[in-house]
Amino acid sequence: MRESILQLLEKNSRLSPADLAVMLGLPAEEVAAELGKMIDEQVICGFHTLVNWDKTGREFVTALIEVKVTPQRGMGFDRIAQRIYRFDEVKALYLMSGGFDLTVIVEGATIRDVAFFVSDKLAPLESVLSTATHFVLKKYKDHGIVLEKAVSDDERMIVSP
Amino acid sequence: MTDSKKGFVAQKIADLPFSGIRRFYDIADEIEGAISLGVGEPDFLTPWNIREEAIFRLERGGTSYTSNAGLPELRREIAAYIRKFGTEYDPKTQVLVTIGASEAIDVALRAVTEPGDEILIVEPCYVSYKACIIMAGGVPVVISPKPENDFRLLPEEITAKLTPRTKALIMGYPNNPTGAVMERADLERIAEVLREQDILVISDEIYAELTYGPVGREGLGDAEHASIAALPGMYGKTLVINGFSKAFAMTGWRLGYACGPAELISAMTKIHQYVLMCASRNSQYAGLEALRNSHKSVAAMRREYDARRRVLLDGFREIGLPCFEPRGAFYTFPSIQKTGLSSEEFCEKLLMSQKLAVVPGNAFGEAGEGFVRCSYAYSVESLKEALRRLKAFLRET
Repeated sequence: MRESILQLLEKNSRLSPADLAVMLGLPAEEVAAELGKMIDEQVICGFHTLVNWDKTGREFVTALIEVKVTPQRGMGFDRIAQRIYRFDEVKALYLMSGGFDLTVIVEGATIRDVAFFVSDKLAPLESVLSTATHFVLKKYKDHGIVLEKAVSDDERMIVSP
Repeated sequence: MTDSKKGFVAQKIADLPFSGIRRFYDIADEIEGAISLGVGEPDFLTPWNIREEAIFRLERGGTSYTSNAGLPELRREIAAYIRKFGTEYDPKTQVLVTIGASEAIDVALRAVTEPGDEILIVEPCYVSYKACIIMAGGVPVVISPKPENDFRLLPEEITAKLTPRTKALIMGYPNNPTGAVMERADLERIAEVLREQDILVISDEIYAELTYGPVGREGLGDAEHASIAALPGMYGKTLVINGFSKAFAMTGWRLGYACGPAELISAMTKIHQYVLMCASRNSQYAGLEALRNSHKSVAAMRREYDARRRVLLDGFREIGLPCFEPRGAFYTFPSIQKTGLSSEEFCEKLLMSQKLAVVPGNAFGEAGEGFVRCSYAYSVESLKEALRRLKAFLRET
């Protein structure tokens, strides 16, 4: 049941427990209970809305920062990761294979805000060896969704055989 | 008007009515802001890998004819793909690539019909069967499976219509417009009768990939289609028609195929060769990519259709519109008899008062009277809005 619920919710978090119950042929109470359990167990970590902020008046920038760090004995990368992800500006943090260690996705109101975060908060951390900051110029696709669809209208005829 | 006293148009064609769908389309198209559950094609776009392959092939050239029967590698892929339904076909002699399944229906009927031959059709059904039989010089003989049997065809319904002139039976399961399916056990029952008869079965399986389990079951879109050609004793007397339109959301590419006895495929290829030469090369390349690399997309679409099917059926139950549980295609076929309206009156009034288009059941044959076809090739949000309008309409009638 878990996987079926998650597959549907991952694409559309607005589906209510009643909708899910109909789609999966399960009693609504059972679905609601399972949802509650998955939230408690942090299998479901949030119900977000994917916003294309470019279409609003809100000014903000996103940056991807490559960070090289020194892992700590007994803690690996977890401790430094924790130091970093606790900042509100950090929207995502991944441990990477390859030429650097951490990918930090940061959002700020202006480039200056992000620059300040990197130079004042991130780079001075003791384990951080280096940072390389890349600003996002335009978001085309996010979370599997194309943000500006070329064709949005239903081209189909209103009635067809 | 033409300058002819008798008229230039052959009587046979002059007598042929336009499809009821077209008539209704003309009305619906005029209504500003109407929403629709009237469409007989997927709302998904063709998966990108397929579109991208077609673009790539066009860039490289790929603008010439192909061999009449279709690209050899495509016929090989079709034969390999269709094996999953339990049948083996020789790609060289038993597979014909056509311009949509519609062309396959037409050439099949022309290849087998002598003037006056009777062809059994199972109504309600896709709009072209009857017309194609008439154009081929045959006589359509209608079998109407009962709504109380979930529109499944029964052996006695076939035997009741058999005559010495019966040449073939054409049926489409999963069915457009009812969404009915014939499970293996149902097919076994009719095969018992058909095995003993010298008649060809033309099995239109265009919706084969869109087969679902019972709504009470948790798994979405995990049922299996059964083909009559795979039953003992039926292989040599069945022509299977299928295509890319529904499974791969490729309606506009016009690509279908027929698989069956070599003699029949050869005869069909003859007609196809003289009339159409070949299916579009570019579409054939797209079809190749579809068969090779798109099964995940098909499974995802099937799951999505199944979820929507459940939403629509649950909605009908809630607003009190009786509907049997369809297990295939993307149609529901609720009964509107309790409103006291005919199918056409129901659809026209619904369109005028609630701006919702659904298709009158009788557009698919007289047996469809008293029903309407509602497609669920729409988003869940659209289905819910349509249900709200249906509910309001039922309240006012």
